[in-house]
Amino acid sequence: MTQAPVRFGIVVFPGSNCDHDAYYVCKKILGQDAVFLWHKTPDLRGVDVVILPGGFSYGDYLRCGAIARFSPVMQEVERFAARGGLVLGICNGFQVLVEAGLLPGVLLRNTSLRFACRYVNIRVENSFTPFTSQCRSGEVLAIPIAHGDGNYFADDETIRRLEQNGQVVFRYCTPEGEITAGSNPNGSLGNIAGIMNEQGTVLGMMPHPERASDVLLGHTDGRKVFASILEHVFSRTSTSLRERTPSIVMEQGRR
Amino acid sequence: MFRAIIDITLRPSILDPQGKAVAHAVATLGIRGVQGVRMGKHVEVTFDGLTEEEAQRATEEICKKLLANPVMEDYRFVVEKKA
Repeated sequence: MTQAPVRFGIVVFPGSNCDHDAYYVCKKILGQDAVFLWHKTPDLRGVDVVILPGGFSYGDYLRCGAIARFSPVMQEVERFAARGGLVLGICNGFQVLVEAGLLPGVLLRNTSLRFACRYVNIRVENSFTPFTSQCRSGEVLAIPIAHGDGNYFADDETIRRLEQNGQVVFRYCTPEGEITAGSNPNGSLGNIAGIMNEQGTVLGMMPHPERASDVLLGHTDGRKVFASILEHVFSRTSTSLRERTPSIVMEQGRR
Repeated sequence: MFRAIIDITLRPSILDPQGKAVAHAVATLGIRGVQGVRMGKHVEVTFDGLTEEEAQRATEEICKKLLANPVMEDYRFVVEKKA
């Protein structure tokens, strides 16, 4: 019996520019189902996973991601997330998630004041998540970044809670996996490159896994994020991984 | 008619690299005594058909829900009569 394909919904805001890359990975590389969700639609069309892609939604006016949050599609995405739906925010998508309050903290201007566009190394800090189950904890992934505002900031109490709950999923590191100031491309607190919500169902990350998923582009480490999502959705339909995941995440955090 | 004049600034605890860069540029002008520069946003909102008190409340709500992100920004405003 063949497994029904996972349906990815890729949100398209005016100014999104990585929507087609995400669509290509879901459809052509993973061989799954994928649909675009225009920002004005209040209908998520029965998708299993929502991707908020990179880009400059609404021209980055006011603050990155600030206007996108009020679009009709985001009202639905918030409801989808509240029901435990998987949401992956990449780059500008991460900025939208923090502005929408689906993830804590904020992404400030890079301390260099420069737009940073290059490959970075990120270390998988928690492999017991729906987005990283196909990685080893401590594994180093090479994935490109492309942002001017990726400097993660939150108050001390929030950072403490993120660390304690194992919600820090990725950190910028050296190729050997060391967390150093020199490997931090934007000034993020604790070299944070990606975080998830407490339930482990919403992930925001500045690096672009969809740009490192096709062998033609040289690196395929990003594919592991998508493969993990597939694994999670498949197992959710057959076993009860969904019930198990939060407690595993908590255990990891207490380690 | 009333006009709200709003200033949004980074909270004191937030590093302002843009302000720092401007401070460096100020130093090259040869102007002495500049201790620091903080950048921010200036917004003006005009209201029609509201009382001054209603305009105050509306401005507060606009700032809180949209114009400022409380994680990193503070805001202050005055509402004045507009000719």
